[in-house]
Amino acid sequence: MAFEGIGASVKRREDGRFLAGRGHYVDDMNRPGQLYAVIRRSDRPHARLRGIDTAAAMAAPGVVAVYTGADIAADGLGGIPCGWQIHNKDGSPMAEPMHPVLAIGKVRHVGDPIAVVIAETKAQAKDAAELLAIDFEDLPGVADLRAAAAGGAPLVHDDVAGNVCYDWHIGDKDAVDAAFARAKHVAKLDLVNNRLIPNAMEPRAALGECDVAGNYTLSTTSQNPHVIRLLMGAFVLHIPEHKLRVIAPDVGGGFGSKIYHYAEEAIVTWAAGKLRRPVKWTAERSESFMSDAHGRDHVSHAEMAVDESGRFLALRVSTLANMGAYLSTFAPSVPTYLYATLLAGVYKTPAIYAEVKAIFTNTVPVDAYRGAGRPEAAFLLERLVDAVAHDTGIDRIALRRANFIPADAYPYQTPVALQYDSGNHEVTLAEALKTADYAGFPARRAEAARRGKLRGIGISTYLEACGIAPSQVAGALGARAGLYEVANIRVHPTGSVTVFTGTHSHGQGHETTMAQLVADQLGLPLDQIEIVHGDTGQIPFGMGTYGSRSLAVGGSAMVKAMDKIIAKGKRIAAHLMEAAVEDIEFKDGAFRVAGTDKSKALAEISLAAYIPHNYPIEELEPGLEETAFYDPKNFTYPGGCHVCEVEIDPETGVTKVVNFVAVDDVGRVINPMIVEGQVQGGVAQGIGQALLEGAAYDANGQLLSGSFMDYTMPRADNLPNITVGTEITLCTHNPLGSKGCGEVGAIGSPPAVINAVVDALKEYGVRHLDMPATAEKIWSIIQANRPKMAAE
Amino acid sequence: MAKISLTVNGKAVSAEVEGRTLLVELLREKLGLTGTHIGCDTSQCGACVVHVNGDSVKSCTMLAVQAEGAEITTIEGLAAADGTLHPMQAMFREHHALQCGFCTPGMVMSAIDIVRKHPEGLSEAQIREELEGNLCRCTGYHNIVKAIAAAFPLMHQKQAA
Repeated sequence: MAFEGIGASVKRREDGRFLAGRGHYVDDMNRPGQLYAVIRRSDRPHARLRGIDTAAAMAAPGVVAVYTGADIAADGLGGIPCGWQIHNKDGSPMAEPMHPVLAIGKVRHVGDPIAVVIAETKAQAKDAAELLAIDFEDLPGVADLRAAAAGGAPLVHDDVAGNVCYDWHIGDKDAVDAAFARAKHVAKLDLVNNRLIPNAMEPRAALGECDVAGNYTLSTTSQNPHVIRLLMGAFVLHIPEHKLRVIAPDVGGGFGSKIYHYAEEAIVTWAAGKLRRPVKWTAERSESFMSDAHGRDHVSHAEMAVDESGRFLALRVSTLANMGAYLSTFAPSVPTYLYATLLAGVYKTPAIYAEVKAIFTNTVPVDAYRGAGRPEAAFLLERLVDAVAHDTGIDRIALRRANFIPADAYPYQTPVALQYDSGNHEVTLAEALKTADYAGFPARRAEAARRGKLRGIGISTYLEACGIAPSQVAGALGARAGLYEVANIRVHPTGSVTVFTGTHSHGQGHETTMAQLVADQLGLPLDQIEIVHGDTGQIPFGMGTYGSRSLAVGGSAMVKAMDKIIAKGKRIAAHLMEAAVEDIEFKDGAFRVAGTDKSKALAEISLAAYIPHNYPIEELEPGLEETAFYDPKNFTYPGGCHVCEVEIDPETGVTKVVNFVAVDDVGRVINPMIVEGQVQGGVAQGIGQALLEGAAYDANGQLLSGSFMDYTMPRADNLPNITVGTEITLCTHNPLGSKGCGEVGAIGSPPAVINAVVDALKEYGVRHLDMPATAEKIWSIIQANRPKMAAE
Repeated sequence: MAKISLTVNGKAVSAEVEGRTLLVELLREKLGLTGTHIGCDTSQCGACVVHVNGDSVKSCTMLAVQAEGAEITTIEGLAAADGTLHPMQAMFREHHALQCGFCTPGMVMSAIDIVRKHPEGLSEAQIREELEGNLCRCTGYHNIVKAIAAAFPLMHQKQAA
């Protein structure tokens, strides 16, 4: 048997069904008697709803029901809840305006749902939705962060003064001010972290059902079905958990956008109960653009105080963060505890102070998108470090090395709350520079110049916090949920194993990686192990998949459950082999009496557990099934070094990424093939953010980039080959030593790309440019600076 | 409503469709072939690519009635009767060219067409350019490009034999 355990690049078990066209996504499901829901959305950024005439739509062929916000209110449904509460500098709680399922009184962004039409066919529902007559009174809107935060801007919510959701801070302001007062240099930078639209390839979908006994089932495109059951059941529909099952089958990518509880989930579930027929809704891509939570959208000012030798003395940051029109599930946590706490990065900056104002605008809600807060922190810091190098003339590599947290300083307490457990930034930096042939760059630049091209190289040395999260810490920071993970491991009578995990796989390959973990620990072949995820009807509980947590937290729960299986197995084995429990060893799938040749396979032990004829029945319950809840002790801290090399055509402004190297320390790796794939995908999204992607609104809040024709998704010919390395220091506080690999690519890459672009354009006097560094933007810079260069 | 007859994955089928019904809707809703996916509404993403009379076509760009008499192959029709994967499917698995699986059916159907239409050979840059019409959000395309390059000799070897 080929090695299938920890460290083997086992081919994915889920690929068989996906490659045969037998994936099972929500929109593939159809139920007898199923109805189709179509949502009528606002095409206005901000308007008062003076009236909705539903008569013509109701009379249209095939229409079964039309519901508006008034019907939702009449049934006493709650608003869409927010799962994280931030407190202001003065200790008061953030503003948390009502987020109605269907708009009541006002619409606040393009895409805000106004009414739902339910009909026998999708085409009939679409036709009828066009017949809804909606009387809007347009109001002035505001989309831009700085405009919305400025005095006198239109108010998104009448009762939220100045559009400020919260005004928060972290760090020691006095220490920072004192350090700035004695600094030799101060480098300043204004940055925009561009707004992104996630665009998982599968549009969101939801199918609600209700049986004669009032048991509800929601099948939904979710990264965390138990969280949806909790939020929707408890806060919106008031259905207790035992009457509500949420299934997230195959899900076609998430990247954060499928974490949140969305209105459509509540609508189809509620409507299925009212109509007693299944109701399915599937987003069209244009709906995804205007209703899936967007990502990023920060405007920041940052300053670094530096002494005469280039040592960082203090960092001061002020950030505006766009929340959109309503608070999405985890939105408030992103620009605070997932962002400002990461501003130390890999550096021993002794004093840090950050203030963050979260602002409502007439745009789609903003929430976590791959990396969530950490890409914003890494971009700010790694751009600022390059700016320090630029201003002081110190080499950017030497500057980083001089300020690295040394490997022997771990565990390391940062001045912004986090305590890093492990890392070695010298090693990842050296490896990345070597792989990218950094030393050979000047020759490549000269060669490119001979061809009339501008070549640049950039690096980022970053760190992030994932493996979300220790519950009590998260709770103290405002989380309204625990963030442990759950595993149930069922050893069947004949020794095969079903593992029920509260995490969810939507591209990450858990059915393979997690089976490898169990195979390794229990000494079983992979084909004896089944991984079940995504069904609250089968899995005890779980918090789902986001924040690169599935292996570090979910896998650790599995290890704990297996420890219990092995401990019970030892007691059974001791009984069967008439030995002391302390003398039983478990290795390679068998229980052995130490120092003898007596042994029993796991299957023999499980058979005895289920047919307990010869069994310590007085002391032990029959059966062999264990559940573990694992609450992590700390976040995990992957980090690394990304090196990007670009070539710019000065005639067109087009940037081509010619080489990209990512050396990431993700802790223990179970399946190297899958980890490489995760990093490559993350880097692709990071290059997309840096060069191509940007959600565009007009000043009033009209969405201008509402389709794949307007929003630039990275395509195959926009991207390079991506070389991945993983240098390992182990996580010190979870049983696997794994840190997480899902987000590192998207976190480390954008600053490496922009640092490279800035390097390529240095002769044009460029010190910084904002993302996306489109051809038009670069071409304009080149044109604007050409005369000056010629004059010089 | 119009009645149309066509061949899908080697089987003769007929269906009643509205004039506005798209080929992809016929395949998914009427014929239950849900392997072909819908990822956008502007014919950009390529998740719905099938073969129509041997050519790759975005099945959201074609009305079902236009498929009258056509021979359609979908992702479900690629593997041999005994389950043996088409070389392109096999190489996608071998090179980890899929993650969430949603773009995969369209990506595989496009990839087969690309390889078939370039018997003279395909450079990496050409493969990337030919993939313009297919979006993937998970993989960064790196492994998709590798899989297509690896399938090339297998497919042309098979045709030569």
